[in-house]
Amino acid sequence: MIHVGSLTKRYGDLVAVDDVSFDVQPGELFVLLGPNGAGKTTTVEILEGLRKADAGEVTVLDSPAGSRQVAEHVGVMPQESDLYAGIKTEEALRLFASFYDDHEDPDKLIERLDLDRVRKTNYRRLSGGEKRRLSLAIALVGKPKVAFLDEPTAGMDVEGRATTWSIVDELKVRGTTVMLTTHLLDEAERVADRVAILHRGKLVALGSPAELTSGRKNELTFSVASDIDTDALGAAVGAKVARAAKGVYRIANMPPTPRLVADVTKWLQTRDVLLRRLDVGPRSLEEFYLEVTR
Amino acid sequence: MSRVLAQAKVELLLTLRRGESLLVTIGIPVGILAFFSLVDVLPHGSGKAVDFLVPGVLALSVISSAMTSLGIATGFERHAGVLRRLGTTPLGRGGLLAAKCIALLATVVVQVVAVVIVGKLLGWHPSGDIAAAIGLIVLGVVAFAGLGFLLAGRLRAETNLAAANGLFLVFLLLGGIVVSLSKLPAGLASFCRALPAEPLATSLRDALQTGAVPLRALVTLLVWAAGACLLAVATFRWD
Repeated sequence: MIHVGSLTKRYGDLVAVDDVSFDVQPGELFVLLGPNGAGKTTTVEILEGLRKADAGEVTVLDSPAGSRQVAEHVGVMPQESDLYAGIKTEEALRLFASFYDDHEDPDKLIERLDLDRVRKTNYRRLSGGEKRRLSLAIALVGKPKVAFLDEPTAGMDVEGRATTWSIVDELKVRGTTVMLTTHLLDEAERVADRVAILHRGKLVALGSPAELTSGRKNELTFSVASDIDTDALGAAVGAKVARAAKGVYRIANMPPTPRLVADVTKWLQTRDVLLRRLDVGPRSLEEFYLEVTR
Repeated sequence: MSRVLAQAKVELLLTLRRGESLLVTIGIPVGILAFFSLVDVLPHGSGKAVDFLVPGVLALSVISSAMTSLGIATGFERHAGVLRRLGTTPLGRGGLLAAKCIALLATVVVQVVAVVIVGKLLGWHPSGDIAAAIGLIVLGVVAFAGLGFLLAGRLRAETNLAAANGLFLVFLLLGGIVVSLSKLPAGLASFCRALPAEPLATSLRDALQTGAVPLRALVTLLVWAAGACLLAVATFRWD
């Protein structure tokens, strides 16, 4: 559905996207994550046809990204607001609807995205959240097979976000391929079929949230009420114990086993130290993300 | 085609909705025509003031809509990312350009009708070749739209705004539109003849008075039209 092969994009000396490759399958909800400046928007804008790649192969629906053949089937919600200052909400949506042979009913979208109140308001007078919702409506009005949503929930209030995520869920049910960028890791973990993490222009992780977080944590973390002798504990359990923060200790680079957990708790018992928390659970996507983007 | 027409309709609607755009495209040309026809302050050679003024004001109308209004709007739309977003839709860049041209031609028709009506009310009697005048107006639209796109496609939106307004004033004063070139120093007059405004105003005046279009003016205008459009196409940036 979407193919990105060895994509590279430079802005002067800065390599914004550095040899990135991935494929997105039909009907997949694919989330691009990464810190600001990681190359997410550049990647998406190249796929939308807004920018030209310096090197690499980029296709959408088996045609070169940005070509006329795909325009009919692609919906775009850019990160920046970008409409005529003097156009009214309703006019803008009807205008974009008229570009597509098969399109949604603009009135239904206006209602769905709670834009009825500002139907006749000029774009320049809309609030940030209303602009984003109109932008989302425009992305969807052409019944796209592929939707690119660049930070769709940025600048939206709580209701706007909820509406947006429920629309994303609907798109998924309908079989629309969705590629979105976000900074909201918990939402990404919840909705994504697969996640790609970009860091300084490079692809540093690619997989389903379950795959990315499944890798048993190669560490054991625990909290106690008082300070302990890390060397003594290390000798007792046969591993290096490090102090991570006040009252928080970590045994790293060692897969946690039932034996290790038992040894640690037994040692604490002999010192009469109360264990407050012990964590060997799977990583959250956030933990994984912070690890690979450090 | 329906896409292009839908876009053209919105372009026209937005032009009409911008007060400053109406002022520069209708208000200023018609105001100049009425004022200088009624108040005898300008030296304009023999004959009635209105007969001298109407062809020049038609040229000014073309300059105001094709270069100033369209150019400024396009510059701000480029800056705001409107152009590149529309370019990714099935309308495409070609469709967007076509829509802008249709909306521009519709604007020019409205302007011409307004200038002709006001001119008639002021006692204007055209006696030349109407078809030639229409052809010249279309050629003028191409030349000045080319200039408008050339500025809008490269300059920052604010710089473009200043440039388009500044050139409008230069063309108004040095285009043989309200002041006959015969009143200017010879050197300055020659310079003015090399600019695109004077050839348009002069050839329109000749077409509407005698029916003959001076070759020199026609060639100058053609060169400007071709040059501005080619340069605009070569240098235009969509974002």
